[in-house]
Amino acid sequence: MNQASLNRIAFQTILTKEILRFMRIWVQTVVPPGITTALYFVIFGALIGERIGEMGGYRYMEFIVPGLILMSVITSSYANVVSSFYFSKFGHHVEELLISPVPNWVILAGYVGGGVARGVVVGIVVTLVSLFFADVGIHSYLLTLAIFVLTSVLFALAGFINAIFAKSFDDISIVPTFVLTPLTYLGGVFYSIQLLPEFWQQVSLANPVLYMVNAFRYGILGVSDISLGVAFGIILLFISVLTIFSLSLLRRGVGIKN
Amino acid sequence: MTALSIRNLRKTYANGVEALKGIDLDVEQGDFFALLGPNGAGKSTAIGIVCSLVNKSGGSVRVFGHDLDTDPAAVKRCIGLVPQEFNFNQFEPLEEIVANQAGYYGVERGEAFRRAGECLRQLDLWDKRRTIARALSGGMKRRLMIARALAHRPRLLILDEPTAGVDIEIRYAMWDLLREINGQGTTIILTTHYLEEAERLCRHIAIINHGEIIEHSSLSRFLDKLRTETFELNLRERLVELPGQAMGGYALQRLDDLTLEVDVPKGQSVNGLFKILSDNGIEVIGMRSKHNRLEQLFMDMVKGAHGGNGG
Repeated sequence: MNQASLNRIAFQTILTKEILRFMRIWVQTVVPPGITTALYFVIFGALIGERIGEMGGYRYMEFIVPGLILMSVITSSYANVVSSFYFSKFGHHVEELLISPVPNWVILAGYVGGGVARGVVVGIVVTLVSLFFADVGIHSYLLTLAIFVLTSVLFALAGFINAIFAKSFDDISIVPTFVLTPLTYLGGVFYSIQLLPEFWQQVSLANPVLYMVNAFRYGILGVSDISLGVAFGIILLFISVLTIFSLSLLRRGVGIKN
Repeated sequence: MTALSIRNLRKTYANGVEALKGIDLDVEQGDFFALLGPNGAGKSTAIGIVCSLVNKSGGSVRVFGHDLDTDPAAVKRCIGLVPQEFNFNQFEPLEEIVANQAGYYGVERGEAFRRAGECLRQLDLWDKRRTIARALSGGMKRRLMIARALAHRPRLLILDEPTAGVDIEIRYAMWDLLREINGQGTTIILTTHYLEEAERLCRHIAIINHGEIIEHSSLSRFLDKLRTETFELNLRERLVELPGQAMGGYALQRLDDLTLEVDVPKGQSVNGLFKILSDNGIEVIGMRSKHNRLEQLFMDMVKGAHGGNGG
């Protein structure tokens, strides 16, 4: 068997294993984002949103749809990889992969693929929930899909790195709680940064999530606070850096080998 | 052909512990080889390096001619590992655990499940194929690890204490299975604390102690080093004290009214002993070796009684 065939089959195996893992516990992994999104729509969209009026030329309920979908995708992709890979370290079954001839990049691709798959499933659920509250069309399918997948990949990679460094279950919840959630909430999910004073607009530009939310919003609604080129550049730059860093960690066996 | 060739293998952990101090080891293709040593001697570190679970500090490892540094994928394809600790996902069904392992070695999903079924049948786990691994007994989990290691049909099977904690019936069944696997041409390296297991199964042994190989030879040549063997004799009738007369040079000792112990130097016949006992009206109804022979030598070795490298 040549290495290319082995890599393909190994990737499919890891991906299938990861998808089965989160689908086995779908009540914990797929349902909660749907419920949370419905609550956001009821509270922020229906109750408060009616008093806010329009934002970016859209009803507030419609304006927050892209951000809420992407927020769920970000959280799900990250959570899937960080919990799955950390658990495989904790239970030592990561050794099944380490002793096998699967190259590091295939291991990384398999886990990231699992994160993207969960992001896709959750994204679909949240989109379906959104349709109950807002009548939203899609401005550009290609752009929407591209941002959706790239964002999912980026945060799956971030989850992988978190899992590699994590030494306890606490360590896999610190980053989502103290970094990911604030960045997401301040990333323009619920507002346009044009509402902010100039200084805070500039501060917001340092938040990478802002670029993803706005690019995704452009894909769905056709409005954005950020240039699309810059958004893609930032996302691809982050993906490249995180990929190289993840592969370097795997090669050195950080956190997984003695 | 050499299945495993280790040269000057060294490992120093980050905390400064020197687990391996430059060991050399050769295991021939088709062999059933025992790697023995007390806890902390370096056995698991050596196995970990061969299986790419531990980064080495120096030296070289070749498996069926493939170098671990230059062609790690080829080395990994040859090896199946049954580790000491349970390291499968406890929440997955058995057939998925085994089939996934085959998938990591490039076996297509359909074929992987067929092989998983084959391995699970061989290990008598077929009825449990859809059971979550967590629900298995300790012995079944051990067997699952062997089934998983066999899924990609490795040429070299490494078993790190595979029978630890399993009952005697399962242990005997596992010995039969390992003999069968070895008989089919798979080279086996076994570490175990049950030295009887090594004596029954293995043809060559190495003893590692404090990170150094202190013995590396065939089992028969190693056992030749045994100078005396101690036997226990069970008597038909009570014997209050040993006869006063000379016992023909045999070092006899009375353990209790119904048991005698005798040290027989290597090569000396025991026929004379029975004649003397018979002449003194002592009838023996049973006899057994007091210690497992390998156990006796092993203890001597690690305590430094023999010292040196037996080569």
